Amino acid sequence: MTEHAIIMRAVNKYYGAYHALVDIDLTVSRGERIVICGPSGSGKSTLIRTINQLEPIESGTIVVDGVELTAGGDNVARVRQDVGMVFQSFNLFPHMTVLENCVLAPMKTRKIPRAEAEATARKYLERVRIPEQADKYPAQLSGGQQQRVAIARALCMKPRIMLFDEPTSALDPEMVKEVLDTMIDLAREGMTMLCVTHEMEFARAVADRVIFMDKGVIVEENAPAEFFGNPKNERLQNFLGQIA
Amino acid sequence: MIREFSSADILFIVSAVRWTLILSVIAFLGGAIGGLAVALARTAQGRLRRRIAAGFIQVFQGTPLLMQLFLVYFGLAVLGLPIDPLLAAAVALTLHASAYLGEIWRGAIEAVPPGQTEAAVALSLSYRDRMRHVVLPQAMRLATAPTVGFLVQLIKGTSLASIIGFTELTRAGQIINNATFKPFLVFGTVAALYFVLCWPLSLLARHMEARMRLAITR
Repeated sequence: MTEHAIIMRAVNKYYGAYHALVDIDLTVSRGERIVICGPSGSGKSTLIRTINQLEPIESGTIVVDGVELTAGGDNVARVRQDVGMVFQSFNLFPHMTVLENCVLAPMKTRKIPRAEAEATARKYLERVRIPEQADKYPAQLSGGQQQRVAIARALCMKPRIMLFDEPTSALDPEMVKEVLDTMIDLAREGMTMLCVTHEMEFARAVADRVIFMDKGVIVEENAPAEFFGNPKNERLQNFLGQIA
Repeated sequence: MIREFSSADILFIVSAVRWTLILSVIAFLGGAIGGLAVALARTAQGRLRRRIAAGFIQVFQGTPLLMQLFLVYFGLAVLGLPIDPLLAAAVALTLHASAYLGEIWRGAIEAVPPGQTEAAVALSLSYRDRMRHVVLPQAMRLATAPTVGFLVQLIKGTSLASIIGFTELTRAGQIINNATFKPFLVFGTVAALYFVLCWPLSLLARHMEARMRLAITR
């Protein structure tokens, strides 16, 4: 057990000739809640997608929960078991019920018996406040409900770190709150969280640190009060002016 | 001697349907296994595997089925194996079906949104579990109609096995026609029997497609 949940050192990522992440250094402590924002194309989604290696990196090192991702072996698989991810477009499996969505990975990857996996799934569906939807198919649910199922599905793997990639961007405005409330609950329970989001209310309410990225670089990072109250970098000032 | 077209002739033709069916089933099952392998290779990470599968598809889609039958039939002799029309037809049709089903299923696998694979990867599901539980069930839904459509093509394609001397439905017709010289009657019967085999399959494809759609969108 290390005290750091995530350590990134000199991480570089290219898409062809395009330099998507430039010498990223980032250390996340256990239990820390981080919000990452920035204009589109700034590399914020790419950044969190390197943490479970949905995006491979060209150079640098990433250590997650004491396991070095870049060291080969089955390290990537181990890290993915401990890192949950929630996507902008939910990505629920449409041919499975909500409950089946939740028990698939625990049963297959963690080899948990069905009865136990289902009990765990129902517990987390309760936590995201949709226990009554367990036997429905994703297409029968609203966007907000689907995203809460996606959160429950990730939690069923009992992850130590949760990554959120613009979890409310695809939602109708009236459904944003129910998803944010779920995330706030999770944050209050001490989950280590990295959230790419433009929901500044959420950042103010739960973030320990807010990070601003532009052109693949971490431009500024600070506690929310300082970040919003006294932004130093000009690009961040412009950005905050635009989204306010 | 030309003789009359009798009920015994009809019985002979009808009973040959079973060879058409047997050949179709062998080719379809073989083609399903081969096609799955081809489709998985075509969508795999490794470039070499993708290229080999692509080459296989190109060869079998770019040459006539009749030539494939000839090559396998005479190829058996070159390899020192006994010349057996059923074996030759089964092998050739299996390879043919593998190429076509491989291409149909590749398209279906690629049509499953990439977010599905990403979510499965993020949940640490292995390649095998990802394919088996997430990607292939969704691809199957997309592939059902074209797969059954191809099966209809395959059943009709087995008629070419008559040329290498395998007595299935078409060859049975030829034999009876040579004896009775009633080509319109004989081949009309043969065609009607093909239709009886193929038409319900087309209906089934439509039915399955509608049911799958219902299960997903409901």
